[in-house]
Amino acid sequence: MREILSALAEPNRLQIVELLRRKPLAVGDIVERLRLRQPQVSKHLRVLSDAGVVEAQPVGQQRIYRLRPQALRELDAWLEPYRRTWDERFERFDEVLRDLKGKEREHGRRK
Amino acid sequence: MAAGSSTTTKVTLPTDKEILITREFDAPRDVVFKAMTDPALIPRWWGPRGHTTRVDKMDVRPGGAWRFISGTSPADETAFRGEYREIKAPERIVQTFEWEPMAGHISVETATFTELDGRTLLTTRTLFASKEDRDGMIQSGMEKGLTETHDRFAELLVELRTAAESSAR
Repeated sequence: MREILSALAEPNRLQIVELLRRKPLAVGDIVERLRLRQPQVSKHLRVLSDAGVVEAQPVGQQRIYRLRPQALRELDAWLEPYRRTWDERFERFDEVLRDLKGKEREHGRRK
Repeated sequence: MAAGSSTTTKVTLPTDKEILITREFDAPRDVVFKAMTDPALIPRWWGPRGHTTRVDKMDVRPGGAWRFISGTSPADETAFRGEYREIKAPERIVQTFEWEPMAGHISVETATFTELDGRTLLTTRTLFASKEDRDGMIQSGMEKGLTETHDRFAELLVELRTAAESSAR
């Protein structure tokens, strides 16, 4: 988990992940879209690949990079308890809102 | 709230020092804003499940302080505090957040209320001082989550469904 997070902590690498969310890309495509130099992109891709965030598939002469769904699921699982804490808080807040609306309706009727 | 409506809480990490939380509420934004800034209502929703929360201070205006005390028993109570930086009813609240046992690790929360045809989209963006602070916050949610029983969660769902059904009638 720590590896995935530190891989994503670098803004350029996060941008690469954003790009790959849309579709798998070759190194050249990423270089073009991010306007970075090829060695830089290759270095970022190596970090992402070591952390298991992306994987490469050779297609002809090129290597096509794509996201590994498993890494994203891991990230999701890590976030889930935090998300649930907020979800519970908001569910209780829903109840507060329901009560307020009920009171408003009663008040409206009395007028 | 019927199942399948878009009231899911979404959590994303837009940068390495931020957490973004979005959630829709079935009420206009002036109602949501008022309820969220009402000290009398805080004990009903603010703290984690099984905790009781008291409001020590809640001075909702720029520069005003807030401090809530929360715990499952008097022995394990801890306090949360911060300062309101911006209050723009019913659109925006910017406030700082600090857990007293970890004093000095201050994050800044920006809550934005967007009206959606009688419903409200709440967006909370929390900016931490460091990536470590952010990850620590998420990790603490994990520890708490693990101690929770599924039974209690199921009970709450039943309660919510019953409340939703009776309010629909």
